[in-house]
Amino acid sequence: MTKERAIRKDETVLASSLAELQIVTSSAARNLTLAPTERGLLGFELPAAVRFYQQMMLIRLVEERLLDLFSQGLLFGTTHTSIGQEANAVGVINALDRDRDIVWSNHRCHGHFIAYSGEVEGLIAEIMGRVTGICGGRGGSQHLCFRNFHSNGIQGGIAPVAVGSALARKDEGAVAVVFLGDGTMGEGAVYESLNLASVFAAPVVFVIEDNEIAQTTPKHLTVSGSIVARAEPFGVRTFAYDGNDPIAIYELAQEAVGYVRAESRPCWLYLRTERIGPHSKGDDTRPAERLEQARARDPIPPMRRRVANADEIDAYCLNVVDRAVESAAAAALARG
Amino acid sequence: MRVVESINRALHDLMGADLRLVILGEDVLDPYGGAFKVTKGLSSAYKDRVWTTPISEGGIVGMAAGMAIKGRPVIVELMFGDFIALAADQIINHVAKFRWMYNDQVEVPVIIRAPMGGRRGYGPTHSQSLEKHFCGVPGLTVLATHEYADPGTLLHRAFASRSPHLIIENKVMYSRPVLGPDALPRPADADVVILTYGGCVEHAVAAAKKLAQEEEIATTVVAVEQLSPFPGDEVRSQVGNCTRVVAVEEGSPGWGFASECARALIGRVRHFSALTGPDHPIPSSRDWEDDLLPGVNAIQAACIELFQKG
Repeated sequence: MTKERAIRKDETVLASSLAELQIVTSSAARNLTLAPTERGLLGFELPAAVRFYQQMMLIRLVEERLLDLFSQGLLFGTTHTSIGQEANAVGVINALDRDRDIVWSNHRCHGHFIAYSGEVEGLIAEIMGRVTGICGGRGGSQHLCFRNFHSNGIQGGIAPVAVGSALARKDEGAVAVVFLGDGTMGEGAVYESLNLASVFAAPVVFVIEDNEIAQTTPKHLTVSGSIVARAEPFGVRTFAYDGNDPIAIYELAQEAVGYVRAESRPCWLYLRTERIGPHSKGDDTRPAERLEQARARDPIPPMRRRVANADEIDAYCLNVVDRAVESAAAAALARG
Repeated sequence: MRVVESINRALHDLMGADLRLVILGEDVLDPYGGAFKVTKGLSSAYKDRVWTTPISEGGIVGMAAGMAIKGRPVIVELMFGDFIALAADQIINHVAKFRWMYNDQVEVPVIIRAPMGGRRGYGPTHSQSLEKHFCGVPGLTVLATHEYADPGTLLHRAFASRSPHLIIENKVMYSRPVLGPDALPRPADADVVILTYGGCVEHAVAAAKKLAQEEEIATTVVAVEQLSPFPGDEVRSQVGNCTRVVAVEEGSPGWGFASECARALIGRVRHFSALTGPDHPIPSSRDWEDDLLPGVNAIQAACIELFQKG
């Protein structure tokens, strides 16, 4: 195995010891393990509204670029974009302590990943199958790993894994977050996980991003009863929000994460959202008026109006994406 | 020492040596100590690290993966190996995949112990040998315990590797004494070699002894401990120059241990035959079950048949 295949910025640190190094309990050390570039990219020095706008823009532009690269035939395989759901990623991830908390995401993971890591370059290179990708080109769009961020492409499969990871790091005050969707409510693993998390008092935040559609199938055809009410009978406290304001989501997520950390109990954080883009590439079968409804809830325009220097931020984000694509294109293809 | 004690002692040693290690399983707490008593005494000695779980095999194995990836190794006991089907997704798409898929940034020290096999009259869903469905899964090592090696040592070896392992134990074998490798028949110039593993080893050994006494057919028994990745080189070296090989397994026919033995021996032996379990579920009727699973008489007959072919 060649050296550059294990893509680490801090390559003097062994992968196996990195996890231990991340146990930083002081809140003053928050975010300091991210390299200065990523810190700037995620806008940690900016006021909350501006920071959230910048992160959402970054996610939006990356994903739009990915779809563009696909249509040009420059990308292989598949990708699931979260266009329209950026407020969830930004609101929830910013409520975490990036130095110790753990994130488990699903097939639609780019937004969560960028909000956690700021690794735009590593993500684009990964999806382009380059050796400089975040997983050396092994995982692609839905199998990412960066510090305490992990994703996997099996619906619901990560839920019990998230429970276990939370239990493993509970003594250090860590919390695990697992992102699920309305479509995943059909998987038994979700309910086994709710039971396990409650029985073993695991500090897990189950985040349900309800965009009312699973690939092409609307929620009313596959989901019975109430998603919001699902966790209660397991003795799991529920937090719910219907809207697309990243600041409101951030505040609710802070409350949820605070509860989970303080009480060492799981919680169910329900977020009603909208997927504006297709499931993967060009497979949107929704009627025009339903798409119109989804677009009306786009979280970016309202935030844009709240940010004075939006043009400047847009240009900055666009430049980041341009450079990431150029640098990935120049890197060697991953193979063998 | 019996097999159950050997495994139990190894579990005690591992729990004492690694204070991060957790044991998960259904009904593993004292005074019960697991359906086959393998975890007896552990919950009394290590109260905080032996967790009895809901009946939730997929959930338990997934939880183990999450704990292991974040620094807490786990040994999972499945009450019956048959229940492993419920954990298949977690084993195939999570436990076994994480390390490679995440570019070697993580390790997943999870051991899953699964009591398999029949001859207890438990019927179609509690008597199977399902291990072949988990062989050939990249990233997963599948081992099979037998009494002609030390089962406890096998567990230590799996744990030391810090990688995902499935250990197949045999329900009937738990009460058998640990005999060690010297008790395996290994005549100097074998007429026939029997390749087998797990619960079939004792029957192969009994057959080999009868073959030597009654037919003067010198028979070697090779007890394979690692099923997957299949140790082809080692099997070829054990077979040596012998030209007749019988592969014996308890599982259903096809796509299994015998097929893998045959693949390893292509062009190496003149005569090869295979004995397996039935191509239908295992019946509850005790006598019927015994007739269907490869026993001493069937193994002996297969060896004689091969010997007579020249």
